Amino acid sequence: MMSMGALAGLSLGSLSCTRAGMEEFLQKHFREMSEDEKKAVIRRLEAKYLKKYGKKVRISTQQAEAGVLWGYGLDLSRCIGCRRCVYACVNENNQSRVNPQLQWIRVIRLKKGSLINLENAEHYYNPETVPEPGFMYMPVQCQQCENPPCVRVCPVKATWKEPDGIVVVDYNWCIGCRYCMAACPYKGRVFNWAEPNLPAAELNTEVHYLGNRPRMKNVVEKCTFCIQRVRQGRYPACVEICPTGTRKFGNLLDPNSEIRYLIENKRVFRLKEDFNTDPKFYYFFSA
Amino acid sequence: MKRVLFFISVISIALWLPASAAQHDEYPVASPPFSEGIFPCSSCHAGLELNTKKRELKDEHTSIRLHHAEKERWCLDCHNGPDRDKLKLADGEIIDFTESYRLCGQCHGNIYRDWRAGIHGKRVGFFKGGKRTYFLCVNCHNPHDPKFKPLKPEPPPIRPERQYGK
Repeated sequence: MMSMGALAGLSLGSLSCTRAGMEEFLQKHFREMSEDEKKAVIRRLEAKYLKKYGKKVRISTQQAEAGVLWGYGLDLSRCIGCRRCVYACVNENNQSRVNPQLQWIRVIRLKKGSLINLENAEHYYNPETVPEPGFMYMPVQCQQCENPPCVRVCPVKATWKEPDGIVVVDYNWCIGCRYCMAACPYKGRVFNWAEPNLPAAELNTEVHYLGNRPRMKNVVEKCTFCIQRVRQGRYPACVEICPTGTRKFGNLLDPNSEIRYLIENKRVFRLKEDFNTDPKFYYFFSA
Repeated sequence: MKRVLFFISVISIALWLPASAAQHDEYPVASPPFSEGIFPCSSCHAGLELNTKKRELKDEHTSIRLHHAEKERWCLDCHNGPDRDKLKLADGEIIDFTESYRLCGQCHGNIYRDWRAGIHGKRVGFFKGGKRTYFLCVNCHNPHDPKFKPLKPEPPPIRPERQYGK
């Protein structure tokens, strides 16, 4: 089966020559999918999910809009480390619940006054109540880099950056080599080491091909800023669940957006900026 | 002279109307988190005589413990005495409960500025092409005791060595 990953791979690759030159290079081994072929793939997957989960899953292939570059803001002055975002994400994005347990958000606890000391970060903390005195909390997920090292290392171009800046994975094209996981400095990717364990009753049926559709064994997955929601103009699930309003989201190219306001008016930093990954995930301090 | 006054009043009404309409469009707020059956306040207060003496409430509202500059203020500094279904700003303006952010903004100016920009507080729903709801200050902060209360965290992730039944 020819999948969408190859399609994007071709358009992104170094084959920006003539059609004849491309055909010579590819020897008819690769070709772009037509609209009809894409629709057939969606129908096939929907039928497969119906059979597996007994539920009608609607797979969106909504494209990125022009003039949009998504950015995320996270207020370290407000986060209390309650992990509501972690589980809202799991429910929205159809992650495997247990064996393997996959989560796209990792909340790390840091000692106050030692924020850059990530070696001492703890993400198994489990007190009676949060926040705990003397600590602060820093949720880490895919930083949606403009210069993503994970994309560069993928040997089959199963992962790429969309025009609106979201780094996505084509699960049907991923070969499970996990080079991308090794390349990511943020631990932003997780791997289905076993058949995903997603109860049919908990399946979210509103999915995107490049986002939260159910995955299979031996593929990599990651945060997509809830691509299925944000391309419809809805806030990501983690933004909506946060009880302290820590999480902000918006279009970096819109000068009136919330994200632009916080970048221009608050103290902002990006994680491991010195790696030249150019993340679109902005940590800030509102107080 | 009369004509001048008439003009001034017409102009001021013309300026005021769109401004007040715009304010409601700009902040589509969530409904205030009233305790069940407590609103409208006038259903009890309409028949009661207004007592402006600062005192401890012994008969009603006993669950309210004011912990918000309690030495400096009491109920009727924010709640409007003559019409209990409204709130009162420091300058005497009477406002609805759905505009309570203006009341909070009188003291918490920097937070109010951030809230209007969408940086403090939470907005849910559609940021584009649909209905967006802004949480009011009181949706997260109890106005009588506003400090955010600690929460029980959700469980930590399972350690890798515990997965797959090892």
